Amino acid sequence: MAFNIKALPKKNYIMPGNAACPGCPENIGLKFVSMALGEKATLVVPAGCTSVIQGLWPRQGTSMPVLNIVFAAAASAASGLSRALRIRGKDDIVVVWAGDGGTADIGLQALSGAAERGEDFIYICVDNEAYMNTGIQRSSLTPHGAWTTTTHRGNPGRKKPLPQIVAAHRVPYVATASIGYPWDFISKLKKAASIKGFKYIHLHAPCPVGWRFDPGLTVKIAQLAVETGAWILYEHENGKLKLNPPSNKLVDPSKRKPLEEYIKLQGRFRHLTDRDLEELKKEIEENWREITAILRAQGDL
Amino acid sequence: MRLSSRKPRKSLLPGDTALADSSPSRKDELVVEPGDHFYPLSIAAPGSMGRTGSWRIQRPVVDAEKCIGCYLCWLYCPDNTIIMREKAGPRGQDVASIDYEYCKGCGICANVCPVNAIEMVDESKFISQS
Repeated sequence: MAFNIKALPKKNYIMPGNAACPGCPENIGLKFVSMALGEKATLVVPAGCTSVIQGLWPRQGTSMPVLNIVFAAAASAASGLSRALRIRGKDDIVVVWAGDGGTADIGLQALSGAAERGEDFIYICVDNEAYMNTGIQRSSLTPHGAWTTTTHRGNPGRKKPLPQIVAAHRVPYVATASIGYPWDFISKLKKAASIKGFKYIHLHAPCPVGWRFDPGLTVKIAQLAVETGAWILYEHENGKLKLNPPSNKLVDPSKRKPLEEYIKLQGRFRHLTDRDLEELKKEIEENWREITAILRAQGDL
Repeated sequence: MRLSSRKPRKSLLPGDTALADSSPSRKDELVVEPGDHFYPLSIAAPGSMGRTGSWRIQRPVVDAEKCIGCYLCWLYCPDNTIIMREKAGPRGQDVASIDYEYCKGCGICANVCPVNAIEMVDESKFISQS
């Protein structure tokens, strides 16, 4: 599908002068959500940076209706909201906009419950790979070796494969996206909005404050994560896995950019030794092996 | 409550005015009149954190000659501070302009520009001129 930037809605849903840090990926992501869904979107936001971006009374930093809710209840609140809207005969789209901590750690049981019940809303996990709002603490989506304020010598664990965990609930739509590829993210949001049932989108969002890089590089780093293969763009639609461009051309490791290009720009990986780097590369290779195994089983590769 | 472009008689908070439109040219005031029902609801307005242009340490400067009007900076700007002026360029192309009142100076626009039409200039240079 061709993507025409000039055909995108011109209305501002993200107000200039809000509380986001310079170069904030959540602001960019929210902007794409508003471009894709417009007036139809109702946000459900658990605690996180977005709670701050909304601003203080009397001004609001976003012009979408927002329900602020506690960490553990985002998916439950969205279930109720979506059911109430359907009873009233409204076709508004409920969108949960939760961080990685609010999804993979604290909100996981509510997310799993809503996925299992097949509630009708879109769950977007904005994955900036640590608890950025509270001061860069490690979450279960922090990659191996990354510095955070609670893992000074690098994260010993591995990133939780959350999209696969949600896909294992047999929900109609699970996708990964990146703020560096708006055409991909916007088309996935539009597709998710047209599907009835539980939809999950995992949005990769490099945070300049927590990842220790120049705020001007937010988009470049998001694109490098995909180009080096560290982040894979794919979608599970009714149980069928499909790689999306540009990840569909990166199955062959020789086509990918060297991982160092992505790692070297980030201060959180500054302490990495060659052995840690090998470990990270092995982990990425394992992720790709899992994906290609499914594609082979489907007969798509 | 209504929006007025005139001087407000009574503002929402003492000494406070909420801007109603995102365009820098229109600065309407939110007016509460006697007899209005008053709901403590937030209204989407620019500057919920004040004039964030003061956060900037580097200022993006657009070269209208180089700009090809591709809208990439407009697409990626996290704060919606890029305003595309239609057919305003020297070759009749759309040109990016920046709302310096709210631009936080992150530099994403300069990095995504395919023709390097946006340059990041230190704010100190603009202080010494004025």
